[in-house]
Amino acid sequence: MSSVRVLVGTRKGAFILCADGGRKNWTVSGPFFAGWELYHLKASPLDPNRIYASQCSGWFGQLIQRSDDGGATWNPVDNKFAYNGTPGTHQWYDGSAHPWEFKRVWHLEPSLTDPDTVYAGVEDAALFRSTDGGRSWHELSGLRGEGSTANTHAQQWQPGAGGMGLHTILLDPTNARRMYIAISAAGVFRTEDEGATWKPINKGLVSEFMPDPKAEVGHCVHHVAMHRERPDVLFMQKHWDVMRSDDAGENWREVSGNLPTDFGFAIDVHAHEPETVYVVPIKSDSEHFPLEGKLRVYRSRTGGNEWQELGTGLPEKDCYVNVLRDAMAVDSLDECGVYFGTTGGQVYVSPDSGESWMAITRDLPAVLSVEVQTLA
Amino acid sequence: MGHGASVFTGQINKENWGDKTVDPNAAPTPISTIRVVLPFHLRTLARVEGDVELAVQNPVTVRQVLDTLESRYPMLRGTIREYETGERRAFLRFFVCEQDWSNEPQDKVLPEAVQSGREPLIILGAIAGG
Repeated sequence: MSSVRVLVGTRKGAFILCADGGRKNWTVSGPFFAGWELYHLKASPLDPNRIYASQCSGWFGQLIQRSDDGGATWNPVDNKFAYNGTPGTHQWYDGSAHPWEFKRVWHLEPSLTDPDTVYAGVEDAALFRSTDGGRSWHELSGLRGEGSTANTHAQQWQPGAGGMGLHTILLDPTNARRMYIAISAAGVFRTEDEGATWKPINKGLVSEFMPDPKAEVGHCVHHVAMHRERPDVLFMQKHWDVMRSDDAGENWREVSGNLPTDFGFAIDVHAHEPETVYVVPIKSDSEHFPLEGKLRVYRSRTGGNEWQELGTGLPEKDCYVNVLRDAMAVDSLDECGVYFGTTGGQVYVSPDSGESWMAITRDLPAVLSVEVQTLA
Repeated sequence: MGHGASVFTGQINKENWGDKTVDPNAAPTPISTIRVVLPFHLRTLARVEGDVELAVQNPVTVRQVLDTLESRYPMLRGTIREYETGERRAFLRFFVCEQDWSNEPQDKVLPEAVQSGREPLIILGAIAGG
């Protein structure tokens, strides 16, 4: 019988939640790396036992851990993320030039074709790759413009309130040379040559906080999601606005529709329905919690614009948690399961595409990320 | 020797390895056994219990001790000193014989009490920060 393994990164360690396909009875393992921030864990789609984890702390810096047995045991691999050449500068909050400084790994994205290849999105925004299972990391510096014919305006990038992190990495399953990445607060970028050169793809995004609301770069993109069968169709949760592109990011249009608020962080796509999208509306950029204290997921089955409120099993009142950008995921069981974790330490699952929800666990440290493996 | 202490013998001095001008009858470079106290999370990371004992070539400086420590426990690289600068990470401090050595040059020779193993080099994490 199929089963699921949920990989949860929190502010004080990692947890692994397991259940069979019924997704009703769960075991909770952890904390792994207790006391450390586990920003993100993700498994190789080719080897379910191979999992990479970003472990960090303000005291001791960055580590990368790797498991080869499905999370039972872990070993540290290389943790040196050195920018190529002279890193240069980007904009600081006050507009001054600020040197590029590595702070942490925000997101790990294992390759679709090789379990030893994995990408790392880091802060200050850059993209790294390992091709030896994490034993060494090398920057794909074309993104920041080094040696690239495409002008990605890296000198103009500016951090968002949470730092200038490269938080989204999407690999096109139909084209090994194409990737999308997203940065707060620079925008979305696409490569067609495996990361050698990049192009900003932010046309159609409007950000009123910017001097030029339609600038080519500078948008605070919170997360981007894609269905593997439609790699040209992208969904974005921005700092205000839910957006959609049907042409690989060349053009974006707003699909917030009837959402009660279109601020939020997480966004994901149903495993089997490319037009079914999930978001967690958050009140505003000043108040990072659900409207009226009611935790709700919204689902669109039309690729946006028409959204349905989903709340069965979720808190009806007094709930003031947030759901961070990497803290939502879906499994690929026949009845798609949807998962999300909150800053209040809860991890919720819906075994029926969002119709009903239950808490897998309620008292973890603040959840930073959620990923799900579907195991045969 | 501390309870559960781990001992590592320092590396051969690569500067004279294979050097035909080195006098084969010369006395070997003295080695001191140094104790290092790691903060909890780094003990866990390095999978050690108690103090770490290292055989460090003289002259024994903070840099020598840390180089030896990181050579023996590669997973500690980047967790005590910044990769980019080689300097102590901001939220860690070094203590020697009840003195704060955090801002001392790393090439300063450690006191005899540390070199003899009577006193450890303490690497301490800041308490603040939750």
